Amino acid sequence: MDDRIIEKLSILADAAKYDVSCSSSGGKRKNENKGLGNAEGMGICHSYTEDGRCVSLLKILLTNHCIYDCAYCITRRSNDVKRAGFTVQEVVDLTINFYRRNYIEGLFLSSGIFKNSDYTMERLVRVAKKLRLEHKFNGYIHLKTIPGASEELIKEAGLYADRLSVNIELPSDNSLQQLAPEKSYAQILQPMKDIKNQLVQATEEKKLFKSAPVFAPAGQSTQLIVGASAENDNQILQLSSSLYKDYNLKRVYYSGYVPVSTDSRLSILTETPVIRENRIYQADWLMRFYGFDAKELLDEQHPNLDLDIDPKLSWALRNPHSFPIELNTADYEMILRVPGIGVKSAKKIVSARRFAQLNFDHLKQMGVVLKRAKYFITCQTRSLNRRDYDMQEIRNRILFGDGSVRSALLTQQLDLFKQVS
Amino acid sequence: MYLYTYDGTFEGLLTVVFEAYERKAWPTSIVKEELAQPFMFGETITVVADEDKANRVWKGLQKKLSVGALQALYHTYLWEQANLEQIIFDYIKLAFDTSESIEGNYAALCVLQVQQAAKQVHREKHRMEAFVRFEKTADELFYATISPDFNVLPLIIRHFEKRYADQRWAIYDTKRGFGAYYDLTSVLLVNFEHAPSRYRVLPQGVLATDEDKYKQLWQVYFDNVNIPERKNPKLHLRHIPKRYWKYLSEKQPRMLL
Repeated sequence: MDDRIIEKLSILADAAKYDVSCSSSGGKRKNENKGLGNAEGMGICHSYTEDGRCVSLLKILLTNHCIYDCAYCITRRSNDVKRAGFTVQEVVDLTINFYRRNYIEGLFLSSGIFKNSDYTMERLVRVAKKLRLEHKFNGYIHLKTIPGASEELIKEAGLYADRLSVNIELPSDNSLQQLAPEKSYAQILQPMKDIKNQLVQATEEKKLFKSAPVFAPAGQSTQLIVGASAENDNQILQLSSSLYKDYNLKRVYYSGYVPVSTDSRLSILTETPVIRENRIYQADWLMRFYGFDAKELLDEQHPNLDLDIDPKLSWALRNPHSFPIELNTADYEMILRVPGIGVKSAKKIVSARRFAQLNFDHLKQMGVVLKRAKYFITCQTRSLNRRDYDMQEIRNRILFGDGSVRSALLTQQLDLFKQVS
Repeated sequence: MYLYTYDGTFEGLLTVVFEAYERKAWPTSIVKEELAQPFMFGETITVVADEDKANRVWKGLQKKLSVGALQALYHTYLWEQANLEQIIFDYIKLAFDTSESIEGNYAALCVLQVQQAAKQVHREKHRMEAFVRFEKTADELFYATISPDFNVLPLIIRHFEKRYADQRWAIYDTKRGFGAYYDLTSVLLVNFEHAPSRYRVLPQGVLATDEDKYKQLWQVYFDNVNIPERKNPKLHLRHIPKRYWKYLSEKQPRMLL
């Protein structure tokens, strides 16, 4: 019996690993019933895989039997892989026993679609319900919402889950229809809208009655695959920007396409460079935490993110009129826009300058990284540069010399080649 | 020149602050009694920890500092690095001597040092909350050992108490020789008579019958969520430096049942 469980776990963990969401925070579920688990604080990464991703949740599929045939997906109907399925009780036992040993923060349950959407969704909800009601489990639960599931089931799922997510899968409806003929944006955006409405309603009710039932307190997220279809970075960022605005999403995850399929519908069979995925995440962060608008980062003239340098540096180099800024007087919002200065450093600077006029020694002590920043700032009108550089020079100095910050993900040969040509 | 010695407790250190203010004799150096060297020039003052005096200093600090800053001071004490006494003293003195709040004045060295020490301790605390792995014994006790870089066991107890309210658990710090035991109602600090040997602590046969099964399932899970095409050992090691591997069941040799 153990052997069978081991086999199921290896199949269904393997099939779920391309879903990148790992967040376990924002649940705010306190252990008030002397039960098991507490998810009130920040998320915890309990381990890291050898590819460097965090492991905080037991991330599995309930089953990898699927009636759909999406070209990019390893569990698609036409793919010849081993199939397996857990029972509700098996998932519950694994979750509880892993949680008790401090292996995980909770469960992330998704599934291939068997029979139909509602039938599948109903089973996912049953797992969450059992954990919450029978086992007094207060850990984190993230349920995948199956496209096409009924509104009632989504509503019930939100009662037990901390987060719900519907994957938008690809950056445009066109690509989706080509690669996943059974799916469409309409069918995916509908549950997303339902969840958003429920979230809004729950917050309203909470204002009136403290005892109002919570609905997915950690909000909703989605995921799209980068590099399986031909969209450029500009289209991708425009899409996520509108998802953040129109659907109040907490996160959009991007998953660089790993070729798991030789399906003829996929024109591009090479692996997406990790660096592209990385740059898109950086741009996503700039939109959510640094006050950047998608339009500032990319437009029709610059449809793709620069792979050599990060998007903030790239923006700064295109906007020389904004720099240099004086750190002792500049607005916090502007300090955030200096390449190499992050949220923490910006906050420290704004805090410390109330007590003293800052100089570069202060910055170094505080741990502000100056490699890139020094080209864009002054301290008490002093600069660290011996002369003024134009933006092309700054780019070259940052990339190739004088304290190079070349990303480890880029090979040196590539740079040398570019230098020559 | 004044050398203060104290008993190594946080209370003792606060008493040193009290005595220094009482005498207006600012310390050149503050050290633990057992580490004190005879002092050639100047006076050695041996301070005995005193609850009332320590409390008065702490109450005074509460009027000057936020809860977060007080916590950072305590974290600096648990940091256990050389010179922490002087840093804490300088910080407290600056707080008392300045009329406005000193928090955020990172241009002052002691404020920056406290912030940095507290950050290191907090990071280690967070790592212990993540990397502790319990093993279930036959009598349903969930047991784990740790040997953290800083003395963070006192800081992680609350977290585990809230999280595992319905199971008995114990965490033992093998480096410092004390542990915490939760008996379903409250947490006790305990010294075990025979301190367990360093890593593999529980003798065979003590573990619950299903312990090996779940350990193995966890290893199977860990191996299968990895995407080999995207292997990135540098990033992997940055997240879990090798010194933490000893805690992690997924980093132990694979079990064959």
